Amino acid sequence: MVFTLKWKVIEKSKLPILIGELADEYEVFAPVKKKSIVSFERISAGNEAYLGFRNTKKSPKEIFFPQTETLFTYKASKKDVELAESPTVKGKRVVLAVRPCDARSFVLLDKFLSSGEHEDVYYLEKRKNTAIVGLACNHPLSTCFCTSLGGSPFGKEGMDLLLQDINDKYLIETVTERGEKLIEKFPWLKDAEKPDIEKAKKLSEDAETAMRSKVSVDGVSEKLDEMFDDPFWDQICQKCLNCGVCTFLCPTCCCFDILDEEGKRVRIWDSCQFSCFTLQGSGHNPRPSGKERMRQRIMHKFNYFVKNYGENFCVGCGRCVQECPVNLDIREVVGAISTRKGE
Amino acid sequence: MENIENSIREVAEKLLSEKKVDLIIGYERGTLPLRTTPCFVDKVEDVQKLVWNASCDANLSKYVVGRKEKVGVVAKGCDARLIAVCAVEKQFPRENVVIMGVPCLGVIDRKKIEAKLEGKEVLEAVVEDEQIKVKGESFELVLPKNDFLCDSCLTCKHRNPPIHDVLVGEKVPEITEANEFAEVSSLESKSVEERWKHFEEELSKCIRCYACRNVCPLCYCKMCFVDQSMPAWFGKTNDLSDTMIYHIVRAFHVAGRCVDCGACSRACPMDINLRELMKKTEKIMKERYGYEAGLSLEEVPPLGEFKMEDPQEFIK
Repeated sequence: MVFTLKWKVIEKSKLPILIGELADEYEVFAPVKKKSIVSFERISAGNEAYLGFRNTKKSPKEIFFPQTETLFTYKASKKDVELAESPTVKGKRVVLAVRPCDARSFVLLDKFLSSGEHEDVYYLEKRKNTAIVGLACNHPLSTCFCTSLGGSPFGKEGMDLLLQDINDKYLIETVTERGEKLIEKFPWLKDAEKPDIEKAKKLSEDAETAMRSKVSVDGVSEKLDEMFDDPFWDQICQKCLNCGVCTFLCPTCCCFDILDEEGKRVRIWDSCQFSCFTLQGSGHNPRPSGKERMRQRIMHKFNYFVKNYGENFCVGCGRCVQECPVNLDIREVVGAISTRKGE
Repeated sequence: MENIENSIREVAEKLLSEKKVDLIIGYERGTLPLRTTPCFVDKVEDVQKLVWNASCDANLSKYVVGRKEKVGVVAKGCDARLIAVCAVEKQFPRENVVIMGVPCLGVIDRKKIEAKLEGKEVLEAVVEDEQIKVKGESFELVLPKNDFLCDSCLTCKHRNPPIHDVLVGEKVPEITEANEFAEVSSLESKSVEERWKHFEEELSKCIRCYACRNVCPLCYCKMCFVDQSMPAWFGKTNDLSDTMIYHIVRAFHVAGRCVDCGACSRACPMDINLRELMKKTEKIMKERYGYEAGLSLEEVPPLGEFKMEDPQEFIK
């Protein structure tokens, strides 16, 4: 589909007006600050959105893949079982101020959840009706390593529009046709001028150079091929607590468990780091200790996913680096694998 | 600090070379400013990795529980107390563990620094005596250390490990005047509705990652009640009622055992003040049984035994 690339600008003070108008027509999700935590929430007024964040605590994956989601309801009687589908999201949605790493995670999740024999309709249904408005990173954190994984602080992958903070204004870049249609709803937006676009270009270059964290993922997948039984995992897993901080905050981790609750079939987030994740009905657990679970997380992200989809299953957002209770740093783990000498 | 660090290394070297232990569990430099990370040393040449500073916040007793080999473990007051609790509960043979007690002046709460900096990132930090010098992109600040310590450290009454095999460094003065139950008392003075609302607000942030449970040395159950599926006693969703029941039951399970090391609050990625609920159980244990956990290797925790003189006013 061909569309004309449009550049618009909006004064920062007018952004709440735009968000308010959007909220009249769409379900709008945006970062909201509550005490110390910034996370994506449904908002109804422009001033509820908080854009002064470096990155949100949780990734926006929960908008498409909620932590608890009813898949269907049922009513069992002696004779039969009555099933009822869960109501689907009908309205159109917009997610505002998604950082480039998180927007890229949607592209990876789309591949993962829509390929092969089975499509995750619950995820895809929500994705289909949702426009993504990104927010470029002028100041990446020291824990950000998106550039090592094919992303960039001004990356547009997975977005329909991209907001770029150029001091007193946001430059709005249209990325897709859907983005273009969205922007057409605001005829009062001014066209960007050449200096605005040049300013954004400069900021983008600065942000790229300001990336402190670089992780070499080249050859990691191949090395992991030979490492399944390596003593490396015994070392690396020692301090891991097997909690779910890394996987739950991760924008790409999307494993889940399914359970029945009072007439509802529910799916909830699950984590490969939990011992029950692989506990079988017989009582056998093929991943009995932290070693196997840690290996699974690294293998899935940097080997299995690469084989199946041609990319790493990590976008370098750095959340797991920042929030790991024991400072087990995935950058170090991947770094240690990449610098290993071949046999 | 450097002296203590050197002493820790010396003690570790001695323990390893004399084959008194197979492994030393301590701290090493972390990958981020103001962070350390647990470190496992089994070779004498690696003892140089060990560090000691105000960011040694992980509770290393977690790594002692369930171990078969002989270990030496660096332990602050709270860590040593939890080793004692777990030893009484027979989670490892006491003689397998050499407690390298380190008198502690409190550990830094990174979240307090983050809140102070309002989104600015610390890129470098140096802690010198009473000051934390932090540096970031276009800012430099000197912060008074005592304003940025973990809440649990501010009222800690056992900064010197009450139980230890080796004491590394000089004893430090204990805090005597601080009221460790001030927060609990202020919560108690509120109405039931207000308290419920408060807990609802705090716990609605929970993402059920179980960092609080997994970081806790007392949560060593092979199968946690919340993980049981045949039958599933408790809901695993993040609906508020499921989440609250998880936290309430966990608080019951650690009642009379918790020493308020603060690890649960520090580990929580959603900044839930988990200590609050635990602190209340601690207060009850103190008031009803005059008991403080982790001060003895002989005493059985009050909730683990029955005595005729136990308060039992509930029997009418």
